[in-house]
Amino acid sequence: MSEQTLESGAHVAGSSGDALLVVDDVTLRFGGVVALNEVAFEIRRGEILGLIGPNGAGKTTCFNVMTGVYTPTSGEIRFDGDRVSGVKPHRINAMGIARTFQNIRLFPEMTAMENVMVGADARHKTSVMGTLFRLYRVKAKEHELPDNPLKRSLAKVFGISRHTLEERAGRQKSMEMLRFVGIADRAHELARNLPYGYQRRLEIARALATEPKLLCLDEPAAGFNPAEKADLMNLIRKIRDKGQTVLLIEHDMKLVMGVTDRLVVLEFGQKIAEGLPEEVARNPKVIAAYLGEPDDAAQA
Amino acid sequence: MSDRGGDYSYTTEGPEVAGDRKSGFMGLPALGIADRFAALPLWAKVPIVLALVSFAFYLPFLTILPFAYVRTDLSSGGSDWGGVLFVVVIYMIVAIGLNVVIGLAGLLDLGYIGFYALGAYSVAIFGSPSSPVTKLIAEKFGLSEGWAVPFALCIPIALAIALISGVMLGAPTLRLRGDYLAIVTMGFGEIIRILSRNVDAVTNGPAGIIGVPRPPEPSENYFSSIESAHWYWLALAVLILLMFMTRRLEDSRVGRGWLAIREDEDAAAVMGVNAFKFKLWAFAIGAALGAIAGLLFASKQAYVEPTGFALNLSFLFVAMVVIGGSGNMVGVMLGAFLITYLPERFREFQDWRPFAFGVAMVLVMVLRPQGLVPSRRRAKEFEDRKHEAEEAAADV
Ligand SMILES: Nc1ncnc2c1ncn2[C@@H]1O[C@H](COP(=O)(O)OP(=O)(O)OP(=O)(O)O)[C@@H](O)[C@H]1O
Ligand SMILES: [Mg+2]
Repeated sequence: MSEQTLESGAHVAGSSGDALLVVDDVTLRFGGVVALNEVAFEIRRGEILGLIGPNGAGKTTCFNVMTGVYTPTSGEIRFDGDRVSGVKPHRINAMGIARTFQNIRLFPEMTAMENVMVGADARHKTSVMGTLFRLYRVKAKEHELPDNPLKRSLAKVFGISRHTLEERAGRQKSMEMLRFVGIADRAHELARNLPYGYQRRLEIARALATEPKLLCLDEPAAGFNPAEKADLMNLIRKIRDKGQTVLLIEHDMKLVMGVTDRLVVLEFGQKIAEGLPEEVARNPKVIAAYLGEPDDAAQA
Repeated sequence: MSDRGGDYSYTTEGPEVAGDRKSGFMGLPALGIADRFAALPLWAKVPIVLALVSFAFYLPFLTILPFAYVRTDLSSGGSDWGGVLFVVVIYMIVAIGLNVVIGLAGLLDLGYIGFYALGAYSVAIFGSPSSPVTKLIAEKFGLSEGWAVPFALCIPIALAIALISGVMLGAPTLRLRGDYLAIVTMGFGEIIRILSRNVDAVTNGPAGIIGVPRPPEPSENYFSSIESAHWYWLALAVLILLMFMTRRLEDSRVGRGWLAIREDEDAAAVMGVNAFKFKLWAFAIGAALGAIAGLLFASKQAYVEPTGFALNLSFLFVAMVVIGGSGNMVGVMLGAFLITYLPERFREFQDWRPFAFGVAMVLVMVLRPQGLVPSRRRAKEFEDRKHEAEEAAADV
């Protein structure tokens, strides 16, 4: 399997890295509807790949098969050499894929902070027994010791429970993520009460907190004004600069051109083009697909 | 692991965390009692909690007027006050257990009485010398007449049975959602009751089992059935312990996982929450709490029989959770209190009970659909904010 991955990564000229995720002739049918038809492409380590196409092209469906929501009818998906298709969503997350949703799906009755902490929890281990009895102890490092002298000496002797350390680390990481996406000022509001733009960013923070290798963003800028969109694209670049790979679905062609390294174009569940943004923009099939989609401008 | 993007430690343009504000948080009215309490420093919290707990333990002897009007035994024919307190606490345990299942994990369990019955029957079947099972064992192994499993050992047995049956019920059914799960669990509750009626060789059928063992007693007959104040204290101590443990779970990775599942199971799974495992845990923990309540109840009664575990009790339990405020531990305990205490206090109006219950239910649902004490997780956050304000200050 690793051989194949190498191979598919090898014939890519001037790539930023080897293939992180390979979509290998994936077909997905819903009854009579063929949502994806033998779609094949790859995402290379460290790039921002844009996935574009008119409404109903199958972009979101593509995310859904990648994150385990659906299992492909045929074909398979490999991530970092391991098979993804057929694996449970939470296992796929553990492998290193995180995503946001086109129609925002936060945990509305939890605060922004808690939403992100659920993401951070994905990297933690403490479960019911560990929380209840706290017998799993870790030797405390100097900076982890509490200030209170009594607690301090206790922690020195008995160590600190893994639960406590994980909670603390999770809280810190979540706060960092909220700051990173720029919504830390409303960290303690219920997600349902946050303004739309904050909710979109919160989804990104929550996904980032799971420490993904691959971050999939499903129209993260939908409904944003141009200034907000520019902001968001900066954010996406920053994420990439930190070493993560990004897969971006976006309707706004102009926007996508500016930020992505490569593009994959879907139409009616089929890949119709792939390549550098400039190439794709000149591709007659792509132009036709987008011209045949008159309300595209309105989508922006 | 550079491609996991470990380091997000620098601060971007995002504004700093808001500082402490004592009232009028986010344009909402000032914080409620629970939030204010949570915001108190530790030295103020401890005495308040101690005072409340002492008061709770003192309740059976409450005779100071006008407070004594809360007692249920003022007029002749009133219910035994200590007994009412005991039942209230038992149902509070039930409510916090069911709240884990319904309020936190969002699984509508309509057969919770089944676990309560399992707890009650476990202690009776294994702990009573007159149960068919202990008789059989004694006969088989030539043990002395009147042999039975000691009470202390019945507790882990009851817990194990409840946990196992919770998992056995959960494993195949937790893939179902909403209404389907409700129906299946309701069936479970009925199955347990019917089994208790019909499997005579184990449960002694409709006649029930007498001689349910009592906990170890500090003096003779300390825990006899009529010493309801003692039973109340025991149950209260158990309740406090269980509250503490459930609270631990709520404020942890597990609790957040449950809430995430309740809010949006698919999104939670994609965010790495092992939904099935956490739901199974919720079921098992709920089952264990229900069993403990049933065990205490049976032990006080010294007697179990099938009619005590009718399905409508399941609905009553759900009503406690919903009326009190699904998802909020204090709320569901208030729900349990109101639903058990009020009918006892106002026995004079017994004929009106179903009517009053219906009206109250409708009123709550219309006026406060979230329950009397809706779940707000702001208290915890108040703490967070203090920490983070300090951290932010330290960062600079
Ligand atoms: N669960 C499902 N059952 C049946 N058909 C589905 C399902 N999910 C998606 N489809 C169909 O698959 C096709 C692709 O949908 P998808 O949501 O992936 O499009 P998209 O490219 O994300 O479009 P948009 O830009 O509108 O978000 C559509 O025709 C849709 O109706
Ligand atoms: Mg879509």
